[in-house]
Amino acid sequence: MATVETRRLTKHFDGVRAVDGIEMTAREGEFLVLLGPSGCGKTTLMRMIAGLERPTAGDIVIDGRVVTDLPPRERNIAMVFQSYALYPHLTVEKNISFPLRAVGTDRAEIGRKVAWAARMFGIERFLDRKPRQLSGGERQRVALARAVVREPVVFLLDEPLSNLDAKLRNSARDELKNFQRTLGTTTIYVTHDQAEAMGLGDRIAVLNQGRICQVGTPQEIYSRPADIFVATFIGSPPMNLIEDDVGYLGFRPEAFLPHGVEGGDDNITFPFRVTRLEYLGADRLVYGVLAERTPESHVISKIPTNIRTEIAAGGQYDFVVRRQDIQRFDRKSGQRMNGAG
Amino acid sequence: MHRPAPAAATPRQRAGLFGRIADNERWLWRLMLAPAILYIVLLVGFPFLLSLYYSFSDAIVASREMNFVGLENFRRVLDSVTFWVALKNTIFITVVSQVLVLVFANALAMALLVDFPGKWLVRFLILLPWVAPISLGSVGWLWIFDSIYSIINWTMREAHLLGPGQWPIWLGTPELAMASIITVQVWRMLPLATVIILAGLSSIPQDIHDAAAVDGAGFWRHMFQITLPLVMPVALIAVLFGIVFVFTDLIAVFVLTRGGPYDTTQVLASWAYFIGIQGGDLAGGAAVSLFLFPVLVAVAIVFLRMARRAELT
Repeated sequence: MATVETRRLTKHFDGVRAVDGIEMTAREGEFLVLLGPSGCGKTTLMRMIAGLERPTAGDIVIDGRVVTDLPPRERNIAMVFQSYALYPHLTVEKNISFPLRAVGTDRAEIGRKVAWAARMFGIERFLDRKPRQLSGGERQRVALARAVVREPVVFLLDEPLSNLDAKLRNSARDELKNFQRTLGTTTIYVTHDQAEAMGLGDRIAVLNQGRICQVGTPQEIYSRPADIFVATFIGSPPMNLIEDDVGYLGFRPEAFLPHGVEGGDDNITFPFRVTRLEYLGADRLVYGVLAERTPESHVISKIPTNIRTEIAAGGQYDFVVRRQDIQRFDRKSGQRMNGAG
Repeated sequence: MHRPAPAAATPRQRAGLFGRIADNERWLWRLMLAPAILYIVLLVGFPFLLSLYYSFSDAIVASREMNFVGLENFRRVLDSVTFWVALKNTIFITVVSQVLVLVFANALAMALLVDFPGKWLVRFLILLPWVAPISLGSVGWLWIFDSIYSIINWTMREAHLLGPGQWPIWLGTPELAMASIITVQVWRMLPLATVIILAGLSSIPQDIHDAAAVDGAGFWRHMFQITLPLVMPVALIAVLFGIVFVFTDLIAVFVLTRGGPYDTTQVLASWAYFIGIQGGDLAGGAAVSLFLFPVLVAVAIVFLRMARRAELT
């Protein structure tokens, strides 16, 4: 159990700033998710924390100790790779016990710990098998068992669910969260999947172009995005943005509803010309443009199916947004401005 | 109006003989395989059957007559002291040179996997012995091991490593001659093995190395428990090639020592050559050379099986 801190951490690859002066702290026992599009530097950041990549500048502090110049094995961390990186020539048992053997744990202790880790992930039956005889989900469990067996102070997980099929991914997400809660080990988790990030993270750090845009709980990130990038990266469909004299107004598709559905009186009304409808089962997506505005603003409304207001393509309707659901963003910097519009 | 151009005729109509064969799958594969099959039949199969035929006859270079003599040639060969020396030497040279090649090639390949300035030059130099003809290389080594001009001796003398009266005759004393021949074989086989092992090393995913580093493996544990086991199936292929090349090689011995002193460095291939071609005893030479065959087949089968098993597990 430990904190992980990066101080002005920077990594350049041939002049490209993959990681650009990142200041970040993972609190004790926290599940921190690094979220961002591919190429945003999240994996590089994690590899530097692991010691697999040497920073160009800055420091990494694990548990109050500067580890920037220490090799991976002296940092007492465990990492799960996207490919799982199981040792193909070793049995599951040897895979799991590898970190213990590497630090010279005695034989009886190894047996006890391997049994404990295998039981935690339900892989006792596979201990004699080789990785290639396992399914994707089983391999992922072996990789996790290998990570926990040494009882490290920090877990680093690099998109460990992305090689699983969609159904398995949901249950694996659940288990991952459970085991992290049980062990209470500080965990840093890299993903580009916002659903994973929202579901797993105690806090989320959104990265773009080597910098952190925002760190916050899933609720904060979603409802009060720090800038336009976060606003449009999180949420599906993304936040609607319309331009006005001061800057940009942003509101979520589900906050943009037909007039009369929303009860309050502090609403802003927009005349909305509908161009296209999509029926998604639980929701309807309504695509269209705001009438009487130049330049033309394309927006999307997400209406729960149980709101049965009649809407047809080609028609024009009054839609409303609660004033408190509107975010304002600065035209130049893209930063969110204080207060609602 | 848009008119179809005359060239728009379908390709089939325009295809000549070549086009028709290229489209005919029944004949195309035969045509494509024919050169390889002809090559093997004419240059490998036929000579092999011929030497089999000779070995049961009394064929000699000076006569056009040949009689079937049964196993007489093999009895003669097995009765000869030189045969057993040559067999022992062949195996000894092969085993020792391949062990050394395996060790050196692994070390070299690992060094070449890392980036450093001038890497391309080092790679080029390491590959050089492989592209040089064996005979030229051996002649070069003949000078290096020369009894008067040996650059090794002169260098050691200049470095005061050789005292007065000390002057190793590399190719003239049995142990040194054997060491010289093994040196040449290692020098010759090292490039191929290095390249093969290098390919094997670079096929190990970086994630595996990273995982081992995070899991706490130090340099030696990483090398002996992760890298070497993973590269073994590929390294075995390199050794298989090495065994086949060294076991059947006659040039190094022929150029450097001619089997001497007193047959102490004779190998099967060179002895077969001396008997069969230089001695004119075609039947005897054929019989000696046939002793190479079962060993090589056995080695090939064993190694292919081991490589296959290592690949599967």
